Amino acid sequence: MKEDPGLYDYWPYENRPKIEWPNGARMAFWVAPNIEFYELDPAVNPHRKAWPRPTPDINGYGTRDYGNRVGHTRMMKVLDKYGVRGSISLSTALCEHHPEIIEQCKERDWEFFSHGIYNTRYTYGMDEAQERAMIEDAIETILKHTGQKCAGYLAPALTHTEITMDLFAEAGGIYTCDLFHDDQPTPVHVRGGQKFISVPYSLEMNDTITYVVNKIEPRRYGEMIKANFDRLYAEGADNGVVMCVPLHAYQVSHPHRLRAFEEALEYITGHSDVWVTTGREIAEHYIEHCYDDAVADIAAKAG
Amino acid sequence: MPLDKEYFEYPHRSYGMDHDYYDWSMLADRAPISWPDGKQVALWVNIALQYFPLNQQGKPFAPTGGMTTAYPDLRHYTLREYGNRIGIFRVLKALDEYGVKPTFAVQTRLAERYPYLINKLLERGDEIICHGYHMDAPHYGGQDRGEEAELVERSLSGLRQITQREIKGWLSPSKSQSFNTPELLVANGVEYMCDWINDELPYTFRTPAGEITAMPLSTELEDRFIIQANLHSESEYADQIIDAFDFLHAEAEETGAGRMLALSIHPWMLGQPHRIGKLEQVLAHIMSHSNVWSASAGEIAGWKA
Repeated sequence: MKEDPGLYDYWPYENRPKIEWPNGARMAFWVAPNIEFYELDPAVNPHRKAWPRPTPDINGYGTRDYGNRVGHTRMMKVLDKYGVRGSISLSTALCEHHPEIIEQCKERDWEFFSHGIYNTRYTYGMDEAQERAMIEDAIETILKHTGQKCAGYLAPALTHTEITMDLFAEAGGIYTCDLFHDDQPTPVHVRGGQKFISVPYSLEMNDTITYVVNKIEPRRYGEMIKANFDRLYAEGADNGVVMCVPLHAYQVSHPHRLRAFEEALEYITGHSDVWVTTGREIAEHYIEHCYDDAVADIAAKAG
Repeated sequence: MPLDKEYFEYPHRSYGMDHDYYDWSMLADRAPISWPDGKQVALWVNIALQYFPLNQQGKPFAPTGGMTTAYPDLRHYTLREYGNRIGIFRVLKALDEYGVKPTFAVQTRLAERYPYLINKLLERGDEIICHGYHMDAPHYGGQDRGEEAELVERSLSGLRQITQREIKGWLSPSKSQSFNTPELLVANGVEYMCDWINDELPYTFRTPAGEITAMPLSTELEDRFIIQANLHSESEYADQIIDAFDFLHAEAEETGAGRMLALSIHPWMLGQPHRIGKLEQVLAHIMSHSNVWSASAGEIAGWKA
């Protein structure tokens, strides 16, 4: 084990090269619905239990299944209303289990990126060949069912190894959502030297972390999103920023929660200098226009 | 050491669910439900009447809302008993004031211990469903099948004998099941169960002994979950239930498809003097709408539009 993951260098949030988003926007704003499949009786990983109760843990399973049966349609309707294309963090086996959901996302030109095969299959304990095979399986599944070349990664259930980013970059990926160290994209070191970056995804704005871990009330979540936006939008006048709201249809789409979220989305998309976009579009823009300047600036400041 | 080869096998990776209990189905794709008399939102108020033994074993997990201190945990024992002595009477008054038809999920041990309370419920005539034997008698994965079969039979026959009612509905203690629970319920004449929270409307569930209706009793909107698990305030409880109702009501009006609001209520939680007013506020709001069908769980489960 290492003291530091070695994925990025310290890079202070002042005097950075200016990020210019398309059309002079101050902020790149993206919404990342996690569309997940949790197994009722998954194979056992020795490093992490899938469910707190003995199998079948119908409480945990039913909570997630609700998102696919009930929640997804509601969330999609709200995103449609405000012109937001989702960037889907996808349990890729969902392509096989629930193709109806995949079709609805394809019709809307949403982005699909890999969140592993199932959210109950953890990366912990995999050797290099196993993790590579899992990553490639997910990428191939996305290509086969959606025609998209997967660009982004959020490790299944946020479980990693030391070489997760290396393997994903080698498989052709260009961005990761697994790092929470910044409000702007940053270069990420990978062993193959590919141009690979972190796109801010935000655990703090993640509905599951907010509602479940931090036990935040639905209306307060809406207020938090607006406050997060207000500050980033103000700072974005000087240097382009990224704001992401990661969602789960099994959380935000409950009838006591969705309206408060919708109000926040209405607020954000009511601002003119916001580039409402996807993870891939942010990553491609950054790699093309900002990556080299960033690498040079980081090297200069490391001195 | 790498993971076993089995970890990379996905035997259920194909269309639909990863089990045979029910079909994959999105709520939005189903034929719209119409409730009686053109009502748009069915209101199911489920009142849990529970018995928490002081000598809790907590195996294989502690019951939801159970004892937490070393034996004897007088504080939690008596706080739960408060619901059966005091809280329930406040709750009944609130229900009656707003014309709400409740469903009582009664644990058989409680029925054995408190005949006065059971007679009170029987006099009212509301539906009674079985909530298992008591809170420390869970159904769980890995449980011996014979042991669970005896527990299901004992819970149901005991409650049927005491109430002289058919008892068609079931709610497991702590909403926990084994793979066998649904089948054992069917074998014991249960027609619907309230443990699965993966939907917002009744749906058909398969077992080797025949079909059973799943009646989703929301945990997210449960009093105990909002106030005790999430530590939200009493006012927040009211806000969240009212927001949920307004949302479902609007969705029903917009789509023309009936919706169901399932409220899981524990007299030991909302029956406290500082909380009962919030239940009243919620019920007043909901019942002020003319297109609400306040019905028992059995009526909703059995409704064929």
